[in-house]
Amino acid sequence: MRVYWRLLAAGFAQQSAYRLAALGGLLANATFGLLKVTILGATVTAAGGTVAGYDADAIGAYVWLSQGLLGSVNLYGRSVVATRIKDGDVVVDLLRPLDLQASSVTTEVGAALFNLLLRGLPSVAIGLLAGMVLPTTPAPYALGVVSVLLAVVLSFATVYIVATSGFWLVETRGLQILYMVGSGFFAGLFVPISLFPAWLLMLAQATPFPSMLMYPVDILSGRTQGTAALLLVAAQVGWLTVVLVAGHLLTRAGRRRLEVQGG
Amino acid sequence: MADPVDVSRVAWPAGLAPYRVVLAARMRAQRSHRASFRVDLVGSMLVGLVELAEVWVLYRNVPSLGGLRLHQVILVFGIADVCFSLADMVVGHCDELPTYLRAGTLDVFYLRPQPLLAQLVTSDISLRRLARALVGVTALVAGLVLAGPGWSPSAVLLVAMALVFGTLTFAAMFVLAAGVQFFLVNGAEMTNAFVYGGRYAATQPASLWSRPLQAVFAFAFPMAFTAYLPVVTLLGLPGAGWLPSWLGWCTPLAALWAWSAALLAWRTGVRHYQGGGG
Repeated sequence: MRVYWRLLAAGFAQQSAYRLAALGGLLANATFGLLKVTILGATVTAAGGTVAGYDADAIGAYVWLSQGLLGSVNLYGRSVVATRIKDGDVVVDLLRPLDLQASSVTTEVGAALFNLLLRGLPSVAIGLLAGMVLPTTPAPYALGVVSVLLAVVLSFATVYIVATSGFWLVETRGLQILYMVGSGFFAGLFVPISLFPAWLLMLAQATPFPSMLMYPVDILSGRTQGTAALLLVAAQVGWLTVVLVAGHLLTRAGRRRLEVQGG
Repeated sequence: MADPVDVSRVAWPAGLAPYRVVLAARMRAQRSHRASFRVDLVGSMLVGLVELAEVWVLYRNVPSLGGLRLHQVILVFGIADVCFSLADMVVGHCDELPTYLRAGTLDVFYLRPQPLLAQLVTSDISLRRLARALVGVTALVAGLVLAGPGWSPSAVLLVAMALVFGTLTFAAMFVLAAGVQFFLVNGAEMTNAFVYGGRYAATQPASLWSRPLQAVFAFAFPMAFTAYLPVVTLLGLPGAGWLPSWLGWCTPLAALWAWSAALLAWRTGVRHYQGGGG
């Protein structure tokens, strides 16, 4: 167990080496937060004050919380392990007395936690300066922290599955693009999924993607509270279990399939 | 899918022969992992469709946004998406630069007797982007039919200029982002945010923006010039704030400005680079 703590810390430390990059990411986050607030705010105004239960304040909270989380959840589908499977370096990883899935996900989560502190919190601070309204009771924050952590781990565990397809496909770029398209849209990155038509909303809820961004944002912003909020966390736990088990099985099958050329 | 252009058949000046060979090899290489390439094509097309869906989801809740109705914003989307896809196909792989920088493999490029930027640009060509441009072209045609501008030689010229200079402007954004990478080293996400976020900005009605946002996305990074402003001029819509409706004719100036910034950033970046110890 201790070795995974070390990997978590190593991922954190690795990310902290690129501070200028974190600053740049923050700048980009803030700029696009402003763009999103503008277009979504205009939509709310044009619709007469509320859209799907969102008023101007709720839209602000949605935009800034999701911008803050964006640097820490993997919605782009790339991972180090995918590259290592493609070029064969994964052989070295498999020789180590560590679980490939656990060590890959842990390292990436470490880097994500660094981003949460250095990009997530400042993004939210910028949102507060821009007039964002947050809940005043402790419950949304307590459950929100759990939900954010689940979202971060779930996103990297799902990307790990995309990477394991490389045992069969070698080049996983196509799947990675599919993941990027699906995750951003269904996670509610550009438009909250409540604004979707009913059939599209159901389709989104049948995927793990809302658990990666929409649910933690709904909980933190206080839009979903009480039992409903607990149900969202339960959905996250459910998806995480499914994804981890699937990743484990795929790793086992992939080991037998792996063929590395050269040497 | 139609057969992609066979670069080896195009007549190239003698000095460009090495680039031709590399590009032809890259095209063959992409099609060698067949399963992945097919998924790639489908994925790229889905990217375009999903981005269109995002616009649609917003507009289905309201009759108009920022003075644009749905069919008008589809035209904006079409022009921006065609330009972006073309720029992405030709220079989009500049966002691989951070990988080269961190692994130290960029040093190899310095050993070859060709300009660095020319090598990087011709190091790859993303055929899958053709699939994506298809969505943009469809939106463009649908937008032109539905929005129904009065056709005249000047309208045709305006649309043609928008497509050419919009593509150049987006290409400049990729190069600008690559130049900044020399300083950030691991900042792929940030430049992605700017390049892809720039595309996001380009498909929006700029009339909604506050003055600071207009300063950033209409002038500093001239995203509004790629599609929104030409459409405003084409359809004779009223201007907003700092953006009078005749600005749609100034797309060449925007492209020139973007490329000046891009080349300056690239030059500064290359001079800053000290090798990765590869």
